[in-house]
Amino acid sequence: MNQLWLTAKLDIVESLRARWFQVYTLVFGGIVALLFLFGLTESRVLGFIGLSRLLVTYIQLTMAILPIFVLITTVRSVAGDREAGVYEYLLSLPVSLAAWFWGKILGRYIVIFLPVFGAMVLAVLIALVRGIEVPWGMFTYYTALLAVMAACFLGIGMLISALARSTDMAQGAAFVVWLTLLLFLDLILLGVMIQGKVSPEVAVTVALANPLQVFRTAALALFDPQLIVLGPSAYVILDLFGVTGYKVFALVYPTVVGVAAATLGYQLFRRGDLP
Amino acid sequence: MICFSNVSKSFRKTRVLDDISLEIGLSERVALIGSNGAGKTTLIRCLLGEYTFDGQVTIAGRDPRQERTAVLGTIGFVPQLPPPLKMPVAQLIDFSAALCGTDPANIHQLAQRLGLDLEPILTRPFVKLSGGMKQKLLIAIALGRDAKVLVMDEPAANLDPEARKIFFELLAERQEDVTMLISSHRLNEVSALVNRVIEMDMGKVVLDDRVADDVSLSGKFSCRISIKRNEAAFAKAMLAWNFSDLGNGLEWEGDVPGPDRLRFMGMTSRYVALISDFSLEEVMSPAEPGTVSPADGADGAAN
Repeated sequence: MNQLWLTAKLDIVESLRARWFQVYTLVFGGIVALLFLFGLTESRVLGFIGLSRLLVTYIQLTMAILPIFVLITTVRSVAGDREAGVYEYLLSLPVSLAAWFWGKILGRYIVIFLPVFGAMVLAVLIALVRGIEVPWGMFTYYTALLAVMAACFLGIGMLISALARSTDMAQGAAFVVWLTLLLFLDLILLGVMIQGKVSPEVAVTVALANPLQVFRTAALALFDPQLIVLGPSAYVILDLFGVTGYKVFALVYPTVVGVAAATLGYQLFRRGDLP
Repeated sequence: MICFSNVSKSFRKTRVLDDISLEIGLSERVALIGSNGAGKTTLIRCLLGEYTFDGQVTIAGRDPRQERTAVLGTIGFVPQLPPPLKMPVAQLIDFSAALCGTDPANIHQLAQRLGLDLEPILTRPFVKLSGGMKQKLLIAIALGRDAKVLVMDEPAANLDPEARKIFFELLAERQEDVTMLISSHRLNEVSALVNRVIEMDMGKVVLDDRVADDVSLSGKFSCRISIKRNEAAFAKAMLAWNFSDLGNGLEWEGDVPGPDRLRFMGMTSRYVALISDFSLEEVMSPAEPGTVSPADGADGAAN
């Protein structure tokens, strides 16, 4: 446990000094600041106003930015460290491979989740100061959703890092994974379905297997419980899970994907050449 | 102590190590030499349990891959290229000391002996240190633990003469109960440190020879040099070796560490046209704990 925490701490310190972390923090802090600045809390959509409106927009933006940010920074940093000889030296120290790999994931998770969560806390603090009502239930679920999203893409990032032998290859693979998930979002699937190229069942299954779509649907479900914007596929989802069931699925399934990817990554890392 | 049995390693279709079998005993100081691509780094990485390979590597009977923590706890490693770590110096020291179960004060003490004052640089990122400072710190970390095996890749390449002298002394203090594997492109860089030479080429061992060396790692030579005319470049070089000017820059005197004498003579050879008198005499110290007797059955002397 000591080795695990030492490795996590090491990764946290390395990340805090990295340029990507400064940009990353600035992006998420900046989004919240800009949303307040442009008076988003005063605007209304589907009956949502105040902080709920801001959180809905924030999570939509986060879903667009966070996955690619996490994927690229993780593979760049892990594969980059390997290429630069950091692994050769640090793995010559008596640290177990499990402590190293999972410690790195823990440290990185803290570093990628805290700025996103910090931005949400900032939004709540500003709302409290301005006397705007805070929707605590929504805040808690969105926080959980962001935590799960970070874990899911961190796991996928670590798997890509274990597979790829160079930074360029790792970055390319991360981009392709993100692009593939993007291609199978509901809108594109809908288009394919309309053209009659796939059956509705296949389209919905693909959508439900796509963590990006799962997050998107879960976020939508909070302000549109009947999922009207999703059209007929909403019937399948709601018949299958119900609103609460889907909210639980949206937290459990991506966690399983992230943990499974990280575990596979660890097995590959453990069995292959380390530096 | 270290045993390589039929070790082979390939990267895709390229065979980098080809059926290497070696036995390295306790207190042996081995120079691992060879040109780029000879397989030195790959062999070291196999030894450190960082690469998968065919065959077997053991250190004191244990597999460095299967029993990482136990085996690597007894190995001190100094890489040729310092890793670009952004962490502050203090954290690197604490991290490695905590993993190795040693007191960070040992590392501080060793760094101090090597002429590196850690106090002003503790908060500085490791990557921002100069090449010499990084090398000294990595040596201090490697020697600051209870290592039974020292694996060093061109360890003294970035050190100034004074730090090299102390480095040799530090190795001399450990040579009785430590096995050393020192990798280098050229033999003359490390010849004075070792009592066995292993040369690699195209993934094979092409030479395995003992070295006869009557000068211990802690031995030294008294040197006196006279030159025909005052020369600024020569004076600068002499001062770098801590020599004293005995008069108008024409006569110089100082001590040369025994293991560094070849390198010193290489330096002075650049000024051979300038030198009118040169004397190098071994200084006999009363206690010579590190003196190495001529190697058993040595048939190839490198010095």
